[in-house]
Amino acid sequence: MENLIALLIAAPLLGAAVLLCGGRRLDAVGQWIGTLLSFASFAFGVVLFADLLGKDPEQRTLTQHLFSWIQVESFQADVAFRLDQLSMTFVLLITGVGSLIHLYSVGYMEHDERRRRFFGYLNLFLAAMLLLVLADNYLLLYVGWEGVGLASYLLIGFWQHKPSAATAAKKAFLVNRVGDMGLSIAIMLMFLWFGTFAFGPLLGGEGEPGMVGDASEGKLTAIGLMLLLAACGKSAQVPLQSWLGDAMEGPTPVSALIHAATMVTAGVYLIVRSGAIFNAAPDAQLVVTIVGAVTLLFGAIVGCAKDDIKKALAGSTMSQIGYMVLAAGLGPIGYVFAIMHLVTHGFFKAGLFLGAGSVMHGMNDEVDMRKYGGLRKYMPVTFVTFGLGYLAIIGFPGLSGFFSKDKIIEAAFAKGGTEGWILGGCALLGAAITAFYMTRVMLMTFFGEKRWQPDENGNEPHPHESPKVMTIPMIVLAVGSVAAGFLFNWQSSFIHWLEPITGHDHGHAPLSAGVITGATVACMVIGVAIAYGQYGRRPVPAVAPRGSVLTRAARRDLYQDDFNHVVLVRGGEHLTRSLVYVDHTLVDGVVNGTAASVGGLSGRMRRLQNGFVRSYAVSMFGGVAILIAATLLMRAV
Amino acid sequence: MNPVNYLYLAALLFSIGATGVLIRRNAIVVFMCIELMLNACNLTLVAFSRMHGNLDGQIIAFFTMVVAAAEVVVGLAIIVSLFRSRHSASVDDASLMKL
Amino acid sequence: MSFPLLTATAVLPAIGAIATAAVPAAQRTAAKWLALLVSLGTLALAITVLVRFDPDGDRYQLTESHSWIAEFGVRYELGVDGIAVALIALTALLIPFIILAGWHDADPLETGSKRWRPTQGFFALILAVEAMVIISFEATDVFLFYIFFEAMLIPMYFLIGGFGDRAHEHGEKAASTQRSYAAVKFLLYNLVGGLIMLAAVIGLYVVAGNFSLQAIAEARANGTLDMATNTERWLFLGFFFAFAVKAPLWPLHTWLPNAMGEATAPVAVLITAVVDKVGTFAMLRFCLQLFPEASKWATPAILVLALISIVYGALLAVGQRDMKRLIAYASISHFGFIIMGIFAMTSQGQSGATLYMVNHGISTAALMLVAGFLISRRGSRLIADYGGVQKVAPVLAGTFLIGGLATLSLPGLAPFVSEFLVLVGTFTRYPVIGIIATFGIVLAALYVLVLYQRTMTGPVKPEVSAMPDLRVRELVVVAPLIALLIFLGVYPKPITDIVNPAVQQTMSDVHKKDPQPEVEAAK
Repeated sequence: MENLIALLIAAPLLGAAVLLCGGRRLDAVGQWIGTLLSFASFAFGVVLFADLLGKDPEQRTLTQHLFSWIQVESFQADVAFRLDQLSMTFVLLITGVGSLIHLYSVGYMEHDERRRRFFGYLNLFLAAMLLLVLADNYLLLYVGWEGVGLASYLLIGFWQHKPSAATAAKKAFLVNRVGDMGLSIAIMLMFLWFGTFAFGPLLGGEGEPGMVGDASEGKLTAIGLMLLLAACGKSAQVPLQSWLGDAMEGPTPVSALIHAATMVTAGVYLIVRSGAIFNAAPDAQLVVTIVGAVTLLFGAIVGCAKDDIKKALAGSTMSQIGYMVLAAGLGPIGYVFAIMHLVTHGFFKAGLFLGAGSVMHGMNDEVDMRKYGGLRKYMPVTFVTFGLGYLAIIGFPGLSGFFSKDKIIEAAFAKGGTEGWILGGCALLGAAITAFYMTRVMLMTFFGEKRWQPDENGNEPHPHESPKVMTIPMIVLAVGSVAAGFLFNWQSSFIHWLEPITGHDHGHAPLSAGVITGATVACMVIGVAIAYGQYGRRPVPAVAPRGSVLTRAARRDLYQDDFNHVVLVRGGEHLTRSLVYVDHTLVDGVVNGTAASVGGLSGRMRRLQNGFVRSYAVSMFGGVAILIAATLLMRAV
Repeated sequence: MNPVNYLYLAALLFSIGATGVLIRRNAIVVFMCIELMLNACNLTLVAFSRMHGNLDGQIIAFFTMVVAAAEVVVGLAIIVSLFRSRHSASVDDASLMKL
Repeated sequence: MSFPLLTATAVLPAIGAIATAAVPAAQRTAAKWLALLVSLGTLALAITVLVRFDPDGDRYQLTESHSWIAEFGVRYELGVDGIAVALIALTALLIPFIILAGWHDADPLETGSKRWRPTQGFFALILAVEAMVIISFEATDVFLFYIFFEAMLIPMYFLIGGFGDRAHEHGEKAASTQRSYAAVKFLLYNLVGGLIMLAAVIGLYVVAGNFSLQAIAEARANGTLDMATNTERWLFLGFFFAFAVKAPLWPLHTWLPNAMGEATAPVAVLITAVVDKVGTFAMLRFCLQLFPEASKWATPAILVLALISIVYGALLAVGQRDMKRLIAYASISHFGFIIMGIFAMTSQGQSGATLYMVNHGISTAALMLVAGFLISRRGSRLIADYGGVQKVAPVLAGTFLIGGLATLSLPGLAPFVSEFLVLVGTFTRYPVIGIIATFGIVLAALYVLVLYQRTMTGPVKPEVSAMPDLRVRELVVVAPLIALLIFLGVYPKPITDIVNPAVQQTMSDVHKKDPQPEVEAAK
């Protein structure tokens, strides 16, 4: 059974290779090859899942060792996979949602002439993401980690003829590289202190304690913070969040799969996977929770002000991942809930993005919500599926988001002390803002009067429902968003499933669960009510009003980009320009100066060669006289 | 007579020759001055031969004469062809060999 | 006596060079094919060396030794260790691609131009460089090494100065001036380095009495040859200076951007991927083996210079307007990594550095050759003259991107393995330097992606709109390189297996052991 693990990755990798090297011959069938191989991977995942379920909960770790990858003395990195409950959860999410989105893309990308390549990139992404979650050591994880970064780069910049897309892709890759630097330093620290970076010996498992247990807290804090830096890059957490909004330049299925459901959650995976390190490093954990709390508010505030439907959703993604990171920072109380929220978020956020894509598909790729309005009549299926996703994300009781988010808020309070109150308060506030901005999206898009106008060419959009190949994935995801939470909480099945890997601790909240749930629901209602008051009861202006200081700041991502631009981009440009100058004038100048002075000296010297025989004779006589004088002098001494 | 006096004479002749080479422009005169220097050397050689009582110096003096004769042949030929091409025997007119 | 395989590997291209030069002027194409065949034959011999080499056997294998200049104890001594084998294989592998990529670089200019273009000479010079580089890798006699280390400057000088890139923003006249400037600069820099090394070589002879690397290293190891500390340091500096010019290390680097910018792309590859490797190789082989104590003494300073090279080269690459100079500065950054790995004095650092030499050769060749194809289509090296190429020539853009990704060390491609090994190897001994060097990976992403974005994406510029995609010959050049990049990224074992034992030997030469992991040691 272990041998199937490699096939999980091999199927999409094969797809990527065939599609990217296949040439024009495959243009007609490329999308189906890609989709088929993605479903094949999903099928392998289901088979493995069934196999794991049949085993004793403590024995559910499968490993597959393929070959020794890098081996230099004590430095040993293998290509080996580990499939346990945690990676299995991810495998199902990645291949499941991934396959649905492949299917959706068949419809969405129907008219794109470079669609074969698009599917090749998507398959490449799946392979890299699976490698990331299946790797048995941090270095192999790093390969997947940068692999998804590459796929994300290629897909954000898929419409390369648009300069904005190319810039956004570059930005995403660069910001991610800053995070990757953290991961590579973390791996180097592990090798320095432990001599290994394989999960088994380092983190322990199957009853064996890992080496991290023997290390001092300071060391683990250092490693933990570096891992957090990596997670911040990949999961768009403050301060490395700036790329996610721009990443929406990519085709919408990409935003759904990579920048909502799977890749951006890799940071959460990394933190949960490294739980053994974080558990022993409370300071690192505290920083993780702070990053999570700050990001969940940051993303939510940004999401409130955006008029671009995808950017609003991107803000929301940032904020929801903030919840997950917050939960992951809480330690064993929160790991399970972080992953649970990750999975439910995977369903409803993918569904919401696909809905947004469906709307754009029907509206000539218009993304400005101020030019939508009243779309529920034109696209009922999209409306219903989007609506269910909406209810799930705001935490409407009974739907998936309700269960997972409520647990995180509870866990935050259970951290105890002042921190617990602050984190819990942030999480509650975030819930209210989430309800606000999602209601705003919903109202601006599907309710009210139609606000679209013919464009300059006189083409008026004719909103229409999308084809079946697009709506079916949306329906499946909507069902998932509704039911997942309930299923996961059925007899605490999800907790029992993950507990052997992540551990679980119930913690003691200062408030009872009922009170917190009540508060959460109240916050949600308040948020919805405010949004309704602002966008439901009066018409939405087609041109954005100037807005308050906060709105304007939020529209510009709280000026974080401007800061980056001024400090990093401008500063960097000046630095490189002055270095080019220095290299040319100073470093090269010394050399050229030497050459010039040698040249100048010889210019002087050559005047001695004046062509007059008699002056040559003088110098000869002089020379001889000096020689004789010297000889005599030497004798005398 | 003290053979050292021959050495004084040779030094005098050599200095006259050297000065002539340095200050005269006419190639023929320069040439004759060179001959004077050569013969001053010959005189020294012979004088030393006498002083040390062996014949080495005299033999070398014969060599020098042969070389001087060969030099006259080549040198005069050069001077004649120079004179033909530039109608002057001044050494300062032939100053093309410079950078 | 067995067949002198090492001599044959170096002599075959040398004979090929003479034969190619002797092909009559009218038979241009025949000369090209002859050169290609010879380079393939050399590749076959190099592969034989690779196969016959036993990683677990003696340190130097396939040795040959003949008396040459008996009066000075100069011997014709050849022998290869794992590091040399890997680099000989790299050299022999790259030359056929360089020849194929430069197939039309030395063709006569457009009809109407009277200038004579010695096509035969171009290919003969490439083969001559190959012969000299290979024998430099093989020589275990310091004097023999020195001769070829210097002699390869001559063909390189003519390759840069005589067959340079004619694309220049200020016209052909300016290109010609720039070209001679670059060639002279290349020659002078390397000559100065070489002369200082010559002094050190003579000094070494005075101290040791012979030129044999093995004999001297052995005598040093068992204490029969004592060197005064200062003597050893001066000799080390003499050798190191020459290698640092060739490698090149900051601040001796400024010849490289000129040379690579003005030479045609295949010659630029020859400079950076083949010839410069002799410098880093010689640091490992000569500096560390002959002067272990002085090497350790100089380590802090060299590491700092290497670190400056890494960051400085990358920052300057970002600021370049000319894509070939950009790649040159990127190479300076990469050479910084290699030198850092060598002088980190850890197994990972040195194995990584050796692997880096191989991988950098392949990745730079891929990127530079595709850049050359691009430049030959548009006739300009300026990045700003391109835009939207991806749309008109997708295969060219794709291969360019893969070459770029290899340059930025994307995991899964070969350079990642070596770069990570170098970083880890440095980090375990010098954590601060390791962390600063890690910034290099961010800067690498910056210059590669900026280059790709400006040339390949965006709206199609009118000048490039008719650009043809890669031709079959060009694809034959690029595809194997890319395949190799992927293969060695996934499975570097064939090279590490050969290199590791040699690196262990070097480590024991300098009496260094890898740092032990603290936590495990404490247990």
